Amino acid sequence: MTPQANDLEVLQQDYKYGFVTDIVSDTFPPGLNEEVVRAISAKKGEPPWLTQWRVRAYHSWTKMAPPTWSSVHHPPIDFQAISYYSAPKPKKKLDSLDQVDPEVRATFEKLGIPLEEQKALSGVAVDAVFDSVSVATTYKKKLGDLGIIFCSFSEAVREHPELVRAYLGSVVPHSDNFYAALNSAVFSDGSFVYVPKGVRCPMELSTYFRINASNTGQFERTLIIADEGAYVSYLEGCTAPMRDENQLHAAVVELVALANGQIKYSTVQNWYPGDKNGKGGIFNFVTKRGKCAGDHAKISWTQVETGSAITWKYPSVILQGDHSVGEFYSVAVTNNYQQADTGTKMIHLGRNTRSTIISKGISAGHGQNSYRGLVRILPRATGARNFSQCDSLLMGDLCGAHTFPYLEVKSPTAQVEHEATTSKIGEDQLFYLRQRGIATEDAVNLIVNGFCKTVFKELPMEFAVEAQKLLAVSLEGAVG
Amino acid sequence: MSTPLLKVTDLHASVGGKEILRGVNLTVRAGEVHAIMGPNGSGKSTLANVLAGREDFSVTSGSVSYNGRDLLALSPEQRACAGVFLAFQYPVEIPGVTTAYFLKAALNAQRKARGEEELDAMEFLDRVKAKVALVQLPETLLNRPVNQGFSGGEKKRNEVFQMAVLEPTLAVLDETDSGLDIDALRVVASGVNSLRSPQRGFVVITHYQRLLEYIVPDKVHILMNGQIVKSGGKELALELERRGYTWVEEELAPRSSKASA
Ligand SMILES: Nc1ncnc2c1ncn2[C@@H]1O[C@H](COP(=O)(O)OP(=O)(O)OP(=O)(O)O)[C@@H](O)[C@H]1O
Ligand SMILES: [Mg+2]
Repeated sequence: MTPQANDLEVLQQDYKYGFVTDIVSDTFPPGLNEEVVRAISAKKGEPPWLTQWRVRAYHSWTKMAPPTWSSVHHPPIDFQAISYYSAPKPKKKLDSLDQVDPEVRATFEKLGIPLEEQKALSGVAVDAVFDSVSVATTYKKKLGDLGIIFCSFSEAVREHPELVRAYLGSVVPHSDNFYAALNSAVFSDGSFVYVPKGVRCPMELSTYFRINASNTGQFERTLIIADEGAYVSYLEGCTAPMRDENQLHAAVVELVALANGQIKYSTVQNWYPGDKNGKGGIFNFVTKRGKCAGDHAKISWTQVETGSAITWKYPSVILQGDHSVGEFYSVAVTNNYQQADTGTKMIHLGRNTRSTIISKGISAGHGQNSYRGLVRILPRATGARNFSQCDSLLMGDLCGAHTFPYLEVKSPTAQVEHEATTSKIGEDQLFYLRQRGIATEDAVNLIVNGFCKTVFKELPMEFAVEAQKLLAVSLEGAVG
Repeated sequence: MSTPLLKVTDLHASVGGKEILRGVNLTVRAGEVHAIMGPNGSGKSTLANVLAGREDFSVTSGSVSYNGRDLLALSPEQRACAGVFLAFQYPVEIPGVTTAYFLKAALNAQRKARGEEELDAMEFLDRVKAKVALVQLPETLLNRPVNQGFSGGEKKRNEVFQMAVLEPTLAVLDETDSGLDIDALRVVASGVNSLRSPQRGFVVITHYQRLLEYIVPDKVHILMNGQIVKSGGKELALELERRGYTWVEEELAPRSSKASA
């Protein structure tokens, strides 16, 4: 079938057309084809334009192959062995924390997560003191008064289809790359944020407080729009260890900042990394991209990546508006047999655009950590500037750090600076700290936190404190 | 007599299969200041590091007792918490960690180990501000990463500052006077002198007699080839300054050739 013919056919189809999969069942049998894509859309009661968008994504995907250019290694994934739809099921409620995996509980303790939050995170029925639903409702009311929309992606499709339609795929097209195309075809749910003109969102928006956030599944889709002069800070993930039966996670996040709009997007990713021998663990293949669509717009990505067996993500910024600003601050930790291939792309299209890249990679055990970054400055981007700094810290002799910075500068007035360092956690440093009375583990944490300082200070205060503790837990036993 | 603060007995230590300390004997009593002098490479820093517990050096024989305890059985942090302080010949930089944060962590780790209450940020600051003034360093130093971008002299004064805050029982200063201008030298010396007390002992490693004019030692030892070959009063330092190390070697030569014959 040629793509054109297919598109035409799709356009003529009613969304129920060709619907043969059993829609009564809660989980689809494994496998992916056009029917499955249509069935997902139908299950969710989506409008025809979205069904067609998904189908087009599916057909793009069938013509693509999984990327092989990154440094990560894993056995081939059988995409026909995955089930692409599972009705959101509430997590099995436990009666008390005693029923939670002791290992998970130990980690909660180390992270200092309050008891009530521990219960909420592990699916223990919570009492009235910590009712996340009511917290979320209070938030919602406050945001609603300002005209801010913060809801699940599915709700946005129902309640604000015009906004979703205008921006979905405008930054990450459905045919962008193998995993983005897959996500576009089968995405389950995710978050949607719209901040109207001139409004400054008065609180950090966090998925944590969003109703039903826990069931967005393996193909998450997030879309955030800051209209002209609007500001929003968004937090994704939490430091608590996240376990999931789905090995493959392929999310897409799109950010759009209009003129003078600002989006600050912070992530703490702590998916299950697999055991000490590299067994199990999540494959996290994410496409995150923002567009500074108007002049003086600003998008900042800050990420602390400690989890997953394999992380493959490159939060990027397209600097289209003149004087727009893109930032990327990253800490990526790999321990045991974890692999991370992460970095960013800064695409300078507008005049006097500026970008900053600060990447801190920490490798321990057999961990492999790669920074892969692209700074592209197009001819129209006169006066564009970029500063990149990529530092790697190695703990032990079996781990690795790799840096792949790519530069494409087509504007003679551009200024580009790149610094890179690789250091081993110094015996000298450790001994110095221990000589002052600081125990080895604490000394390691002190050194690592010092190494990550420039990134941590970009995180919202509370998150930064949690991130420090998380790092300590992730690197436990890495030295000494 | 009471138990000495530090008693080093026939200490042998090597690194990478090479023996550096070849039978060191040294006794320091509480309240005393001992100076150790000796040519480059003679093993002074090695001795200091072995006392502090650096694991690169392996002690092959001999013993070290500290207040009657077996010092060699303790980890570096345990030694620190027991009151052993080393002012490093080459202080180490810790990027991204402020001096205040580092020192508070150190002080509280030591207090905790001693069963004392940890200090909060305010109490800590009160305590350190006076000490910063003592070594005449600007308070802004507290907010800078440990030793990063510090001048040579600032690093040395920072060591004395840390010592003043941690109030050790046994302080080993490894060439803390090297690279200091004359004013800084006085500052460092007065920092040490202000800590002198009947309960404390000091081992001061130096190449220069000059420091010993400010910090008057009870004993001076000459370390050569991994052994303390001569000990005396403060006049020994003056003699070394005048005559260099060759006369010591010559004095020793007949004895050692007899021994090997
Ligand atoms: N890690 C090491 N590996 C190999 N040799 C070492 C090591 N550390 C010290 N040494 C050697 O041990 C000897 C004694 O060194 P040490 O630093 O103790 O001398 P020092 O008396 O302090 O000298 P200086 O006056 O120059 O500071 C030197 O020959 C030095 O090269
Ligand atoms: Mg030395």
